[in-house]
Amino acid sequence: MSRFSLTVNGQSHTVDADPDCPLLYVLRDTLALNNPRFGCGLGQCGACTVIVDHHAVRSCRIPVSSAAGRPIGTLDGLGTPEHPHPIQQAFIDEQAFQCGYCLNGWVMTAKALLDGNPHPSEEEIRRAFQGLICRCGSHVGILAAVRRASGHQA
Amino acid sequence: MAHHVTRREFVKRGGGLLVGFSLIDGSVAPRLLASTPRDSQAAEDPSAPPDSPSRLDAWLRVDPDGLVHVFTGKVEIGMGVETAFAQIIAEELDVPVSHVRFVMGDTAQTPDQGGVGGSTSVSNGAKPLRNVAASARAMLLQAAAPQLGADPAQLEVRDGIIINPAHPATRVSYGAVAGRADLHEILQVTGAGFSLNVEGAGTPKDPSTYRVVGTSVPRVDIAPKVLGTFRYVTDVRVPGMLHGRVIRPPATGAHLVRVNDEPARRIQGYVRTVVKHDFVGVLADTEWGAIKASQAVDLTWSEPAANLPSHDSLYTWMRQATPKASRQTLPHGPSTSAGAGDVESALSLASSRVEASYEFPFQSHATMGPGCAVADVREGQATIWSGAQKPHALRKGIAELIDMPIEHVRIVWVEDSGSYGRPGFEDAAADAVLLSQAAGRPVRVQWMRADMTAWGAKGPAVVCDLAAALDEHREVTAVRFTSRAFSGGEILYQPSTGDNFLAARLTGVPNTSSVDEFVSWGGQTPAYAFPNVQSIAHVVASLYDGPSPLRTSHLRDPEGPAASFAVESFIDEVAAASGVDPIALRLKWIKEPRAQAVLQAAAEKAGWQSRPSPAGHARNSAGDVLKGRGVALGTRNGTYVGTIAEVDVNRRTGALRVTRFVCAHDCGLIVNPGALTRTIQANLVQSLSRAVHEEVAFDDRTVTSVDWRTYPIARMADVPPTVDIVLINHPELPPGGAGEPSSRPTAAAIANAVFDATGVRMRRAPLTAARVKAALA
Ligand code: FES
Ligand code: FES
Repeated sequence: MSRFSLTVNGQSHTVDADPDCPLLYVLRDTLALNNPRFGCGLGQCGACTVIVDHHAVRSCRIPVSSAAGRPIGTLDGLGTPEHPHPIQQAFIDEQAFQCGYCLNGWVMTAKALLDGNPHPSEEEIRRAFQGLICRCGSHVGILAAVRRASGHQA
Repeated sequence: MAHHVTRREFVKRGGGLLVGFSLIDGSVAPRLLASTPRDSQAAEDPSAPPDSPSRLDAWLRVDPDGLVHVFTGKVEIGMGVETAFAQIIAEELDVPVSHVRFVMGDTAQTPDQGGVGGSTSVSNGAKPLRNVAASARAMLLQAAAPQLGADPAQLEVRDGIIINPAHPATRVSYGAVAGRADLHEILQVTGAGFSLNVEGAGTPKDPSTYRVVGTSVPRVDIAPKVLGTFRYVTDVRVPGMLHGRVIRPPATGAHLVRVNDEPARRIQGYVRTVVKHDFVGVLADTEWGAIKASQAVDLTWSEPAANLPSHDSLYTWMRQATPKASRQTLPHGPSTSAGAGDVESALSLASSRVEASYEFPFQSHATMGPGCAVADVREGQATIWSGAQKPHALRKGIAELIDMPIEHVRIVWVEDSGSYGRPGFEDAAADAVLLSQAAGRPVRVQWMRADMTAWGAKGPAVVCDLAAALDEHREVTAVRFTSRAFSGGEILYQPSTGDNFLAARLTGVPNTSSVDEFVSWGGQTPAYAFPNVQSIAHVVASLYDGPSPLRTSHLRDPEGPAASFAVESFIDEVAAASGVDPIALRLKWIKEPRAQAVLQAAAEKAGWQSRPSPAGHARNSAGDVLKGRGVALGTRNGTYVGTIAEVDVNRRTGALRVTRFVCAHDCGLIVNPGALTRTIQANLVQSLSRAVHEEVAFDDRTVTSVDWRTYPIARMADVPPTVDIVLINHPELPPGGAGEPSSRPTAAAIANAVFDATGVRMRRAPLTAARVKAALA
């Protein structure tokens, strides 16, 4: 066990954890943040995506030790019910999901994409999302939401 | 642990005005505790048992602030049914949709409506809700009438306010009169499970007057999910809870020989290993501790002989196996046609025949979340938080599994990731129950990816052989359909038996509750009215009778995609052999006008040119990419789907790309066109995935599809640039099922489009690039 200081959504926390423990379990179990979500634990689906240093990363694959001291953003910190982030609003407006279990990955990846490239082309959008899984097949709604969030005609 | 209180106790302690069956623990449904004391007379009424669906207040109550609480045994599995129900209730009661709140699938508070299955939630499950709301409205108006100085029949309701139209200033809210209304009126109960219905004093509205039903109300669950405030079952945390992980045998038939947990003991937070026959689980204080312990614990398994046929020989094995059960429909046909009813002689006398066989693999539920449950089994009581879609059946099954009186078992349904039948969430619940029972503490079991992809229930593999007789005018005179399939009921899709669960099988309980499910013409496929049709369905025994990762059960529209792939491809082959347009042939032989209408609507939207397939590009085109179009029809319990796929096939690589879907969909009355459109779009992508990518791989010992690499599914690159949905609304009909039917025609529409593009017929799913390339070679 070691002690780490994590800055999550602008708040700092001190946690005791096994240095090898993936960030995902610290966020979920120690800090009780329900987003990210566990989907595979293998870096294959994206359900656990968080933003570290402006990059979308898979929290099931990075040890807590390497996330310590870097700014970590999660869906819980993106917007509030009163003030949803524009990307969240776009996903809500498009009613993009079926079960929504995957949505953490899509919304956080969209955030990282649009922060770096506010007006991506259709090709760029598809490429940015190629590594994500949605078992329900909500992709058509997801594409519409990302287009909407990037100012394309919905 | 969760404390069980009877409804009566709850009421005495100052519970709600109109309450569900019993209590509820505040952490799960805190809003129910917010209600004010009610008159205790009603609650003491001995005339109806408190949990009887004959009581109106078992289904619905109105808070003083006007919120309407509805208790239903149906659950949300990701397709928006909660919103559809809210619209139906809001419509009957004339309250805003936002005033309707649900308790779903908590067995202590909701009637047993069979849970979710067969796309019946709206078609059947909404009926009692509609009737209950209509009766509640009648009771509330009756209670308000004296105060408003009018007959109940003269009163109007707007947004939950009852108004006397003769004196519009005279008004009273539902909330204010709810205390006087006799909402524990006795309802007439008919049916059970899916067909449970109740009727009371109120008459539901005439659908032609609907104002809320039929509109695209935003789904009630989407905003909370996107905002991150929604709680899935994975987020349930119970005080004192341990984390559990299960460890499966490395091969079918392997038995546990030795357990050495010494290496696990060095792991921080490790509590213990639980072993029951071949069921093994580890417990730890933290989730990461449980994961590490599950990797560290040193297990020795026996090395059984190979128990499974090789994957390559699966379909041969199925054809050679002596069927476990068979069912034949009598040959039938209109008595006027020559040789009616005699398929064999029609086939032997035919001037030509079309014969083809189609194969569809085992497919995995592979749910997005691998399955999670929390169980608290202590002091003769069991509470299980689970996302399994048939919670009342699960309650029975768990009671039987641990031999506990059913009254002491409670399932609190909490949504898990999208669930399309019997994925294995049920098995995760049983795992948690056994571990909690052993530990004497609440246990959360989160399945790992391989637990779901490899060991979750599978959709059965199906092979279909078809033969058609054509006369000298190339007209069809007879069709014979023969199927061989593993049973979709090998694991009973109702988890209502103790032997149902993987944990039961691993602890040595034999499976005695399986049922045979037959794949038949007109059952899982459209019923074309050819002069003679014979349908023969065989069920083959499971590959391995013990605990097996190839156990089969219901996966979204059991056998429907497989059987429709066969029949709808075959119809296309017949059309090609007859030299006619494939839509024209279908319109000729399918008699239901609504089936014809979806085909025509899809054709119109797609700009379909009437001509036979193939298009002939293969000969004429110099480039690598060939374009084709294909159609298929899906019919399912009164819902009709016509799907057209347009594809690009790269003849060098075999890669196929669906460039456009057009799907015309008729499920009767449409409750929410926006949500329905999204559900159909998603179903098209999921069924495309099953048609093009999905196949459970296995070797002679076990399943080797364990994750998203070894069980690939559709990703963004597969999603067609254009997906056109044409909704056909029938306000004069009841609402029908919409969750599954559009998964039926997709695979055949794609395969038919590949034929149209290339002239090559793909008869084995999935249509992977390697397979298409080999076929084109
Ligand atoms: S849970 Fe991390 S990528 Fe799937
Ligand atoms: S919406 Fe269910 S997994 Fe994406």
